[in-house]
Amino acid sequence: MADHVLSPNLAVDQEADRILKAQRRRHLVSMVLRYGILAAVGLLMLYPLIWLVGASFKTNSEIFAGAGFIPHEPTTSGYVNGWKTSTPYTFGHFFWNTFLIVIPKIIGTAISCTAVAYGFARFDFPGKKVLFASLIATLLLPNVVTRIPQYLLFRDLGWLDSFLPLWVPSAFAGDAFFVFMLVQFLRAIPRDMEEAARVDGANTWQVLLFIVVPLLTPALISVCLFQFMWTMNDFLGPLIYISSVDKFPVSLALKLSIDTTEAFEWNRILAMSVLTILPALIVFFVAQKYFIEGISAGGVKG
Amino acid sequence: MARLQLRNLEKDYGGFKAVHGINLDVADGEFMVLVGPSGCAKSTTLRMIAGLERVTGGEIRIGDSLVNDKAPGERGIAMVFQNYALYPHMKVRKNLSFGLRLKRRPAEEIEQATRDVSNILEIGDYLERLPKQLSGGQAQRVAVGRALIKKPQVFLFDEPLSNLDAKLRASMRVRITDLHKQLKADGLQSTVVYVTHDQTEAMTMGDRICVMKEGRIMQVADPVTLYNRPANAFVAGFIGSPEMNLIDADLSGSTLSIGSQSLALGPAMLERLNPKAASALTFGVRPQHFSLVGAGEDNALEGRVSHVEFMGHEVYLYVNVEGQQMIVVVSATAYDRSKIQGDIVRLQPSQETAHLFDRKTGENVSLADLH
Repeated sequence: MADHVLSPNLAVDQEADRILKAQRRRHLVSMVLRYGILAAVGLLMLYPLIWLVGASFKTNSEIFAGAGFIPHEPTTSGYVNGWKTSTPYTFGHFFWNTFLIVIPKIIGTAISCTAVAYGFARFDFPGKKVLFASLIATLLLPNVVTRIPQYLLFRDLGWLDSFLPLWVPSAFAGDAFFVFMLVQFLRAIPRDMEEAARVDGANTWQVLLFIVVPLLTPALISVCLFQFMWTMNDFLGPLIYISSVDKFPVSLALKLSIDTTEAFEWNRILAMSVLTILPALIVFFVAQKYFIEGISAGGVKG
Repeated sequence: MARLQLRNLEKDYGGFKAVHGINLDVADGEFMVLVGPSGCAKSTTLRMIAGLERVTGGEIRIGDSLVNDKAPGERGIAMVFQNYALYPHMKVRKNLSFGLRLKRRPAEEIEQATRDVSNILEIGDYLERLPKQLSGGQAQRVAVGRALIKKPQVFLFDEPLSNLDAKLRASMRVRITDLHKQLKADGLQSTVVYVTHDQTEAMTMGDRICVMKEGRIMQVADPVTLYNRPANAFVAGFIGSPEMNLIDADLSGSTLSIGSQSLALGPAMLERLNPKAASALTFGVRPQHFSLVGAGEDNALEGRVSHVEFMGHEVYLYVNVEGQQMIVVVSATAYDRSKIQGDIVRLQPSQETAHLFDRKTGENVSLADLH
């Protein structure tokens, strides 16, 4: 009797086994294919960056010898000489300048944009619709359009060749995108907590500071990160307003090494480029999740 | 001294009038419930008392002072919100003490107050937790604690139990009424204004109940009066469960005709009836105030049973009388199948407890002392 039961079962088992194996094989093939393609495309996109890092360790003569990124005779001379720069300042000085621009700008942005967004999201005042509409309108305005009037304005204020033209617009919530982002985020947060705080005796600023800002933290972190990245990478702003070399941020200093040397020391430039993108890269990877949160803010936040 | 007075209070949302000049006095230590269907402006009224909505007309007085233009924090009120509104980034301890810390009270006082409140509400074990780590009932207790710790003159509750499940709601109901009694017994400020849409909550908790409809007060009275002597058809229909049967009837002399049937009104009804009552009326009888009678009995309404619901201790009969649907509740023991011929039933309303309302104005015309 056992045989009767066993033999058909065995056949079924084998059949099932075969199907399962086929399934697994198909799954494996599709997975290899998928990841293969993804990896290839990813590599293609990343290759310039990888090459940049590799080339920064190459000698000048080797850089244009081939498209490979592995240096034959690795050398750190690019870094050593690049750091010295062709100016009286080291590259460290330019990094310091960059942070002198970036840090006050981030602080100013965070404070001013929060206050403005809080106003738009939570209060009714005459002309609110018109003001908010013009805020959104400035989002659509290309930066270039306002460069010249802005330049004239700052020139007449006597702010040229100082960091003020870079700091001040941001300290007055000049970045409409951030205000908009925070307004959207705030709209998704119920008002009850703020009302509870008012009943608890908090005034408007205390509500903002003790209740709204903590609730807004994820969005604020995104704002700071974006501002950090954009300011680090900003070339045109410093180029227009800053003329003395000792105030140059890294973005200008890089250009400087191209300008002043007749025979370009490419490996120095590449080495300093690597250093330049490093802070932004580190910040991006450390704070990746806040970027995503910031971008999707308002959409799904409940 | 925490009497609350509303005088001709109005709220106008730029053209849309939400509150139409209401007058309400809440005595010191009283538990006043504002109840009504959604959209009756009970929450708006509460929020105006709290100072979260601007008053567009009339006065609000807490104690002896006019508070119309005072900030919420200066009114001597505390509020419990429907969705608790705990500060999500603060631990329970900080949530409780937020108001006191804003007022820069000494640390020992804050510590003592936190301990007292957490003992009363049994939340001592959760002091170091964040609001998201609390269950609904615990969060609700913390929200009540946050109000309690401020020792306000007036407590405001905005549908605080509507987010809880039925069982928890019942126990929180008892807890809040007990708390109110305890505060009163301790001689503390304990005036309460409590907003709900649930008439059971209103009936079980309120010293007095203010029934509202579309921004107007329909009646303010204690639960027993509201139930037994509703001022109008709206209150009669809103209070009580299942709701009162309200059927069209016409009065001529002492005979009430309902469609082709008629009832002879006895002295129990006629003595109460306003002599100036119009003839177009609404006859109001609570589902519990009918008796099933046999074919021989006079003064009964005949109807067709469309549906029977057995609830255990009682039976709900859905009866169609002259094209108007009524609910009749009879106790399971009194439910006598033999009294129903086919699906025809004879119902005798108790005239002692029935009411007559003016069909046009809704006003109760069967409350003798009001005339």
